[in-house]
Amino acid sequence: MTPFTNLKAKGLPLGLENVDTDQILPARFLASKPEDGYADYCFRDLRFDADGSPLSVTPLNSKDYAGAMILIAGSNFGCGSSREGAVYALQHLGFRAVIAESFGDIFYQNALVNGLLPVQTGGETVGQILAHLRASPDACIHVDLEAQTVHVDGGVRFGFQIDPFKKHCLLNGVDEIGFTLGFLETIRRYEMTRDVSGGGRVG
Amino acid sequence: MQATTLFDKLWSRHAVMEHPLAGTLLFIDRHLLHEGSRNAFSLLRRRGLKVRRPELATAITDHYAPTTSRDLARVDVASRRQIIADLSANAREAGIDLLDLSHPSQGIVHVIGPELGLTRPGMSIVCGDSHTATHGAIGALAFGIGASQVAHVLATQALWQKKPRQMRVVVNGRLKPCVTAKDLTLAVIARLGAAGGTGHAIEYAGPAIEALSVEGRLTLCNMTIEAGARFGLVAPDQLTFDYLRDRIFDGDEAGWQAQLDEWKALRTGDTAVFDREVEIDAASLKPMITWGTSPEDGVSVGGVIPDPASIAEMSRRKSKIAALDYMGLEPGTPVTDIRFDRVFIGSCTNGRIEDLRAAAGAVGGRKVVMPSIVVPGSMRVKAQAEREGLHRIFLEAGFEWRLSGCSMCSGMNGDLGRPGERCASTSNRNFVGRQGAGVRTHLVSPAMAATIAVTGHPVDISETAQ
Repeated sequence: MTPFTNLKAKGLPLGLENVDTDQILPARFLASKPEDGYADYCFRDLRFDADGSPLSVTPLNSKDYAGAMILIAGSNFGCGSSREGAVYALQHLGFRAVIAESFGDIFYQNALVNGLLPVQTGGETVGQILAHLRASPDACIHVDLEAQTVHVDGGVRFGFQIDPFKKHCLLNGVDEIGFTLGFLETIRRYEMTRDVSGGGRVG
Repeated sequence: MQATTLFDKLWSRHAVMEHPLAGTLLFIDRHLLHEGSRNAFSLLRRRGLKVRRPELATAITDHYAPTTSRDLARVDVASRRQIIADLSANAREAGIDLLDLSHPSQGIVHVIGPELGLTRPGMSIVCGDSHTATHGAIGALAFGIGASQVAHVLATQALWQKKPRQMRVVVNGRLKPCVTAKDLTLAVIARLGAAGGTGHAIEYAGPAIEALSVEGRLTLCNMTIEAGARFGLVAPDQLTFDYLRDRIFDGDEAGWQAQLDEWKALRTGDTAVFDREVEIDAASLKPMITWGTSPEDGVSVGGVIPDPASIAEMSRRKSKIAALDYMGLEPGTPVTDIRFDRVFIGSCTNGRIEDLRAAAGAVGGRKVVMPSIVVPGSMRVKAQAEREGLHRIFLEAGFEWRLSGCSMCSGMNGDLGRPGERCASTSNRNFVGRQGAGVRTHLVSPAMAATIAVTGHPVDISETAQ
């Protein structure tokens, strides 16, 4: 995993509530391999009409927010399907952090293990950042994972919560599988303590 | 000592160890895989890791399964053919049991787990699919995970987790005969909100839950994620045991009794305390339908489309106005006035035999007035329905009788509606574009979907059932 320590970047004021992972990466692109790139598919139907022409109403297509690496969204961002491709798609489009009022549980986990930082904060703060970025698109947002703080230039400053283990993994680029393989003996001992036949096999 | 919950018991049973930073390492008894596992296998390959306990995984072709033929060569999109073939190749290489397109027990992972007795009380089950909570209806600790976690489980057979908060949804009284588990789950989600269960495990309890069939409980737990919670649970009881005995009893009566004693202990203690308790009166519930683009947008079929103008919070009001705009609906419109273009009956929510019986029962000798498909949740469900003659009822009415798979629930196999169409669907998500770009999805029960197929619109069956 790519480590995440701190980030200074422009933000994109998406807003919206209940942005599900079908919106972030529509199902019709899931048979494509992530190594071939998901940037074109990310928020596809919010960015383009059926003919493939860009929609002007969304900040996702606005030149004002070109190069933004921090996405600002409303409540329950990433709800729905467990597709991890939604995280890859956001990363391929250039995002490294998402600030939202709340996140879907599975998306939140998927983001953390891939080095996309999910920052949860109150709805009022999200509203202030959205308003600030709409008025000042170039405002720089400073995200400091070590200090667990976010500061918007000329705007709000706030702290956020993050699981200490996930923080440790993000800061140091720790890979969870490698970490767990270090406890393989403990897992083997557990397997001796009960029947772990998993409900049998099907032929 | 304070009494423990069913969730506490399941959790501690699978705790391999506690780590001061990482939390609880949970052992995973059964890992269900579908085509989406390809990214996880790629990840393992890149790391040079092997599948550690292949006998504890089961691979099933469901998301991309064509529903008109079992011939892979006839799948006309190369990327879909490839992802189906990749699952088979990955499973064979790792020595994982495979239920591919040609297997007589193929079906949707969350239908075949319980159906084949792979899912049992007290087990821990994961799948790279958000509807994995379905298996909680049998009394299993079951939750959906992403591709990196799928790779983690393949490599270690365990997963680090922090224990979620716990919520109990008690459903008192009795459901009316015309009100199904689907209507109940839509009512629960409307009450909690799409994010109301976030960070929680939900146990469903109370007289109305005990009265639900095992299949009804599967429907209820299936949609728990639509209220934001990864875990949904029902304590196993005699109905569960009878359901499983039909599937897995091997003639060893003493062994079965010992197993039952263990399963009967999987209950929440009388004095156990939950972080949140919600009570629902079953008798007050009516057949439900969603009007918007989130599963929380449920309303009684006898009601009207709500007016977002009454929502005080601005961003929420804007999102509901956008939902109405996408759905092409006006506030105040009676639900029964909405006219439909397409019907889908199936999915891991409502593709089981009881669902097909309910749908067939609602046809009433009438003919469909729009394109309507029935997609059994598994090939075994399909065979059972055919033994009961249900397929003849559907075919004579003009429904298409398909082969099993996820089909129009996720649309990944190409079973989709056309832009602007309004679809009555027994699936679990009414998200924008979920059933095809511009398609307007309304979530309903199987009986309501069949009723819409033959009348063109929702009917308040609680009125006609009086």
